[in-house]
Amino acid sequence: MITLIRSGLPTLLLSLCLACAAAGCVDSETGSGAKPAPPPPEDGVVLRKGNGGEPDSLDPQRSEETSAADILRDLYEGLMAETPDGSLAPGVAERWEISDDGRVYTFYLRADARWSNGDPVVAEDFVAGMQRAVNPATGSAYGQLLQAVEGALDVVAGRQPPDVLGVRALSDRVLEIRLVEPTPYFLEILHHSTAYPVHRQSLAEFGDRFARPGNQVSNGAFMLDDWVVQSHVKLRKNPYYRDADNVAIDTVYYLHIEEPSAELKRYRAGELDYTLTLPNNQFAWIKENLPDDLVLGPFASVYYYQFSLDNAPFDDPRLRQALTMAIDREIIVDKVTGVGEIAAYSFVPVAVSNYQAAQFPWQDWPPERRLAEARRLYAEAGYSEKNPLQVELFYNTSENHKKIALAISAMWKQALGVRARPTNLEFKVLLQQRLDGSRWQVMRMGWVGDYNDANTFLEIFHSTHGQNDPGFANPEYDRLLAEAGQTLDPVRRLELLQAAERRLLSEYPVMPIYFSVVKRLVKPWVLGYRPNGLDHNYSKYLSIDTAARGF
Amino acid sequence: MLKFALKRFLGAWPTLLIMIAIAFFMIRVAPGGPFDSERKLPPEIEARMLQAYHLDEPLYQQFGRYLAGLLKGDFGPSFQYKEYSVSELVMAGFPVSLRLGGLAMLLALVVGVSAGTIAALRQNTRTDYAVMAVSMTGISIPNFVMAPLLILFFAVFLGWLPAGGLGDGSAANLVLPVISLALPQIAYISRLTRGSMIEVLHSNFIRTARAKGLPERLVILRHAIKPALLPVVSYLGPATAAIITGSVVIEQIFGVPGLGRFFVQGALNRDYTLVLGVVIFYGVLIIVFNFFVDMIYALLDPRVKY
Repeated sequence: MITLIRSGLPTLLLSLCLACAAAGCVDSETGSGAKPAPPPPEDGVVLRKGNGGEPDSLDPQRSEETSAADILRDLYEGLMAETPDGSLAPGVAERWEISDDGRVYTFYLRADARWSNGDPVVAEDFVAGMQRAVNPATGSAYGQLLQAVEGALDVVAGRQPPDVLGVRALSDRVLEIRLVEPTPYFLEILHHSTAYPVHRQSLAEFGDRFARPGNQVSNGAFMLDDWVVQSHVKLRKNPYYRDADNVAIDTVYYLHIEEPSAELKRYRAGELDYTLTLPNNQFAWIKENLPDDLVLGPFASVYYYQFSLDNAPFDDPRLRQALTMAIDREIIVDKVTGVGEIAAYSFVPVAVSNYQAAQFPWQDWPPERRLAEARRLYAEAGYSEKNPLQVELFYNTSENHKKIALAISAMWKQALGVRARPTNLEFKVLLQQRLDGSRWQVMRMGWVGDYNDANTFLEIFHSTHGQNDPGFANPEYDRLLAEAGQTLDPVRRLELLQAAERRLLSEYPVMPIYFSVVKRLVKPWVLGYRPNGLDHNYSKYLSIDTAARGF
Repeated sequence: MLKFALKRFLGAWPTLLIMIAIAFFMIRVAPGGPFDSERKLPPEIEARMLQAYHLDEPLYQQFGRYLAGLLKGDFGPSFQYKEYSVSELVMAGFPVSLRLGGLAMLLALVVGVSAGTIAALRQNTRTDYAVMAVSMTGISIPNFVMAPLLILFFAVFLGWLPAGGLGDGSAANLVLPVISLALPQIAYISRLTRGSMIEVLHSNFIRTARAKGLPERLVILRHAIKPALLPVVSYLGPATAAIITGSVVIEQIFGVPGLGRFFVQGALNRDYTLVLGVVIFYGVLIIVFNFFVDMIYALLDPRVKY
């Protein structure tokens, strides 16, 4: 028996198992002990970016997920573009004129703008792109972004055909856009994917599948090389791009990794040059061990709780104000989230340019005074220790949201005696709940600016806006926003927007909690990266110190 | 045998239909729809989208439409990945999952059976205790704990293997996912083999074989191993199911672009057709696999007659 064990069956089986491991599981080329293989040499200078989830689509007019946004910024170029720090820059338009009444924009396109197959980019391509964005048959979630353009809302609603849209090609290189009213932030919208041009021949040939690898023709610094679903998108430098000489990267890989902790592991294993985000719960470790790679910057994004104003007792502004005042935002950003978020005492984030946010008047009060006022309002609204407010607090499933909900419930309980029940809902369920104001009381929400202007934050509380979940309807607020939309004088416009924000804050339909930060890890050999307020990132501005990386 | 095969084949269809019906209606019970997103669609556009995907029709009509499509091999379009059809996605994910699952199963069988056999032959020795202790640990530690530990150790600290993804498809990318997926199965299979091997070694026909003077290695290889493997073979069906469900987690952790990831993402996105496509595909796979297990059983055990 013993001889058998030493020499016979187990040896046989074990060698079988080793054979399997050798044949199937260990890469014979790289061998054991090797670092992950660098990309093939024909890729040239490679940039490997973490991208979060899978993009829903790489069709500029149909995509709506942020996981597609940076890829599209690499693939396409709108009339306008952005600089590395997020300021407005000319894109395909080399110059433009705005009529005195601010309603007619004339764009002059660059002569050297080319599609990735060499075709010239002409004004008609932009007309086609914008018509496609508002055409209800396209099913674009962002079509309404063009609502400032003449006829856009009628086309979106299906009342008019797409060709009534106020976008005309005056010649191959001259494009005219007519607006309903002077829209001071209009140029900012033109670097959004909704306003990108389309290559009309590919669209005609492939229809809605024109954006797939092999079919897609794009006009940005890069072009689509491959898309392995659930794995990565691979872009190659577009040789016809007008500024191709200054693009240092030859190949960009966007790796789809949903979990921030998984992304961190792959970054640490040397498989990524650049992460999308960071896992909050490992921030302390990162700060200690990867301080040189860590990049933080303000982000035009607000994290808030909203009240259902139709749902008693939240129709009482005193109660909403008491709840808003009773939380300590500094503790939340220091102890609960802790990645450098900024406590929010306004709705418009500090990262938004050319704007000074209106603030809650009690922002600088000492905590005792703030809490005393909160208690007074709470009592005025009819609640007390014996008769506490019972409230259900909805948030979508996430560790971070949960921690914040628990902290806020505890703060409410401590300061006012409120009995809050934090309840997590799966994201789609939360979205379903919010459609009906009678089915929720308080709900977590967040908003990221679409463009760099206070309007993208304030407009969502216009009484007719689809995103106005609390049901905030204030004629004065609507009037102020409308007037700001028609005011070309920047100083006057700022005053109007501030007045609108003050009005919003004074009614407490929402309870701003903090402004998020852009947070990512960037390897030291990635040169040229700067965080910007909208977190819009263009690979064409980056380069790689290949000597430092080793490939 | 042929009659049995035919009977099983015919019996599979109602099973499949019931499975499709349950999956179809269950996913519709979940609140929220494929087009609910943080940014609300304008009502006109939402109506247009629902119409385009026939989601505005009564449910029974949609079910009929779906079944009719299935008969033509059409799993419908994906709601989330707008440029892909479900068939394309399933066909893209399946080879990856098959490679991952197949290798994990192979590894589990080879290592599990050998470890179990060694333990049985050295019953109540240190080797036996060691094998059983390791397998107990394998059963107790869930793979969603084991996988990140393996990544941390082999990818981050040692830098031997990639931390995730499929890379250029090289085998190195599969090592950690395959091991994580196989570990619990190795544990089960080694325990099963050990138990049944001990039982077989005590049976009369083994005593007869030894009595007629056969060398011990032939006793084991020719006589003991076949009957000892029977419980392992019957476990293959559940093992396949476990590897499939395990791969849902493992693919997510390692970012391997297989079917399991589609299933998870599809369910979260309310991508009805994608979830159904994956369920049907896996359902068919399990039915087929169970059928083969029954056949193998007949080959291994002379007492089984169909």
